[in-house]
Amino acid sequence: MIHPEIIVRVTDIAVVAESVKQFTFERVDGGSMPVFAPGAHIVVSMDDQGKLRRNPYSLMSSPSDTTSYQISVLRVVESRGGSAFMHEHVDVGDTMTISHPIDLFPLHATAKRHVLIAGGIGITPFLPMMEVLNESGQVFELHYSMRSRRRGAFLSELERRYGSRVSAEVDDEGGRLDTRKLLINQPLGTHIYVCAPLPMIDLVFGVARELGWAEENLHREVFLAPPAGSPFYTNLAKSGTTVYVAEHQSLLESIEAAGIDVPYLCRGGACGQCETTVIDFDGQLMHHDIFLTDDEKVSGTKIMPCVSRFVGASLTVEL
Amino acid sequence: MAIKSRPVYAGFNVDITAQRHVLALEGQGADALLEKLAGGHPMLERAEILYVATGSDHDVALRALGAANYWLAPTAEALRDRLSEILAHATMCTRLYVAGTEGFIGSIVQLAADFGIANASIIKEFRGSQQRRVQCVHCKGFNDNVTISPFQCVHCDLHLFVRDHFSVRLNAFQGVCINAETPDIIPPSVEMYR
Amino acid sequence: MAIIFHDETYRDDFSFHNSPESIRRYPFPFHEDSYMYAINMENHLPGKPGSSYEHPIDVDEHYVSEMRDRAIVLNEDPKRCQALPHMMAAQWDTLELLMTNKARSYPDLFTLERNGDQWHWINQPLGIDDTFVFGDQSTLPYEPMEYITRQAQGDFCIVDQRNDTLWMDAGMVTCQADWSLDFDIGMNFMEWHAPVPMAHELGIFDRALKFLMNVQQGRPVRRLNWTMTVNPRLDTSPENYHKWGPDKTTVTAQNIGSKLHLRCELQSFWRLPRSNALLFPIRQYLISLNDIATIPKWACRMHRVLTTIPDSIAEYKGFSRNRQLALDFLAPFDDGRELTLGGEPE
Repeated sequence: MIHPEIIVRVTDIAVVAESVKQFTFERVDGGSMPVFAPGAHIVVSMDDQGKLRRNPYSLMSSPSDTTSYQISVLRVVESRGGSAFMHEHVDVGDTMTISHPIDLFPLHATAKRHVLIAGGIGITPFLPMMEVLNESGQVFELHYSMRSRRRGAFLSELERRYGSRVSAEVDDEGGRLDTRKLLINQPLGTHIYVCAPLPMIDLVFGVARELGWAEENLHREVFLAPPAGSPFYTNLAKSGTTVYVAEHQSLLESIEAAGIDVPYLCRGGACGQCETTVIDFDGQLMHHDIFLTDDEKVSGTKIMPCVSRFVGASLTVEL
Repeated sequence: MAIKSRPVYAGFNVDITAQRHVLALEGQGADALLEKLAGGHPMLERAEILYVATGSDHDVALRALGAANYWLAPTAEALRDRLSEILAHATMCTRLYVAGTEGFIGSIVQLAADFGIANASIIKEFRGSQQRRVQCVHCKGFNDNVTISPFQCVHCDLHLFVRDHFSVRLNAFQGVCINAETPDIIPPSVEMYR
Repeated sequence: MAIIFHDETYRDDFSFHNSPESIRRYPFPFHEDSYMYAINMENHLPGKPGSSYEHPIDVDEHYVSEMRDRAIVLNEDPKRCQALPHMMAAQWDTLELLMTNKARSYPDLFTLERNGDQWHWINQPLGIDDTFVFGDQSTLPYEPMEYITRQAQGDFCIVDQRNDTLWMDAGMVTCQADWSLDFDIGMNFMEWHAPVPMAHELGIFDRALKFLMNVQQGRPVRRLNWTMTVNPRLDTSPENYHKWGPDKTTVTAQNIGSKLHLRCELQSFWRLPRSNALLFPIRQYLISLNDIATIPKWACRMHRVLTTIPDSIAEYKGFSRNRQLALDFLAPFDDGRELTLGGEPE
């Protein structure tokens, strides 16, 4: 499986908020970056002392600026290593490998109105989205929830650019997003886009569904590590090896760390690229993906290693 | 027989989450609602019913439901105008229901699409005649209330068979010339869609 | 090696013909002795030099004549080219993709100079020399998709991705194998494939849809589809069926070699950058039975495929009427020998 990857140099690192660093990448070969659709992310490969890490990050740069890409990374305390690596081991001048842009969180082409709801670092995909919406004269509003203004990256710039279309809800100032009030009077044709930790997404979607919003109008980008769980072993039948999947590591990551190439795309259980055949197991498959059908999950013949896990005595997959 | 391009009319079920229910009913489509809610239901307090009789007569029964709003439309076109007015001011917390012939359902789905209402979110129930609206692929003219196949296009006179291929955008089945390869042989018309 | 462009017709006197080189590079679709639906997708990587797969967007000796035929079709029926209002970003994506690929693959035929959003496009075979502002449709004589697809062989569909499926929301369709853009535009993936027999029950479309929704930028994919046509007619649209349908009844044992054509579609799928839509080019290649007969492996294989193909598929692909005559023509080439897999001429 060929992943079209791009070799880049880190040309700038800026602290844009408390615990948030912004990285700028330019192509080593001097060429233009691929144009991307707002909402797209790239997968950044990191060599952490011989251990291969791959993390997805939303592109926050302007889609029309093809000289460089920019991402922002929040330093997460219980990090599985990705954000720690980016914050502590990446310097200006380093080379890294990134994927082509992939957009699993696009703007809906026939929406009449776009309501953007950001939680913390979830603000990143909305920067290019608002630029494109603004340029094309479409109607939008942003609701940006943050723990404190110190953590709210880009808030002042967004308020300056988009004025009253931006509202901030700041936790430590007592601000809280009144989701019901926000959603109850939106006109027909409105779409909402939520990029935030999973509990916030569930809350917003829950309120929307309770008010009668159609599923087709709800969009989400999950900015979250794969679910953690008790460690387990997995036998790789074709390779003849066994891997150990640690508590905060995904099955996909443990297979990659063993030097085995598995097709992947979103690394979030949504796209199906990493679908792997289960040959045998004694225990229970814990499916955390949204790709397999219910029948496929029950059949016990498939697993999505990027997010799913296993509990039990033994698991063998066809890799 | 399931035609993959034809909508599936899942049948009326009350979506209790919606803040407001708007119902467009044609002819026997009224039964879809009456059979479910004749005994009353809390949703009626937030419901607005539009009804065009088209050959049946459920006016009295529908009025008796005591919905928040009820309007008897003189024609299907008047019903659509009234519905447009409602949707122009409606919120995302609105659920749209439609029941009646396929052509009526399709016309409401088309109208709703202009207001950004997702097709899959509209609750639909088919009631009444199976007659079809057919677009002649050759002259692009529409033929209403088609019950037989093959039939003659009212616009260009070609003899058309009704293909089991449906366009939601056009709210019509496709009609294709049946005797292009054998001009003198036109199969007898069979009543297919009563 | 320079391409010598034919001056030929796909209607009336049907002067279309393939040179020997064109025959040899034909993308013969039968890789084994029987045919059944498959998703059969592969990466759209550059193929052997000289083959139809060498360049991502293929230009051949029929280029100028095909574009002339397209212009005639559009003149008679403008609805063959349509785009729903929300597809403008995808139209520009398409223009960029086709221009950059043609200029890169055929630098002596096409030139593209870009200075920011000031673009200069030269198409030598068609005598076009235009400057325009990328993103500003008022600087082009047509909307971007129509502009560039009037200069590119094959049909083009632009498919939007939303609501967990794909939507046929724009297209230039003048050389189709019997489907109507005007009827199908706005349909989703399952809807526009409704008329295809058998494939739904086999789950082909469920898998194909999932696959297509994951096509990535920078990694186009391709597959082959095929049908048969009487006379080298490109416009076999449902709209004109009452005009070309009668052609099917004019085939005899004496003329079938020159009249009956295999029509192969090289379909590719490209993720578009700004719109996140998919571009779906459908590149048509015609070859007569007489031409196929000059490649013994192809004639032999085709006899076997046509013998075993299910009736419903033959009906859907529109050649039931002449199937037996085709088998009679090809039978002498089938001596029962074992053939190599793949579509390459031996």
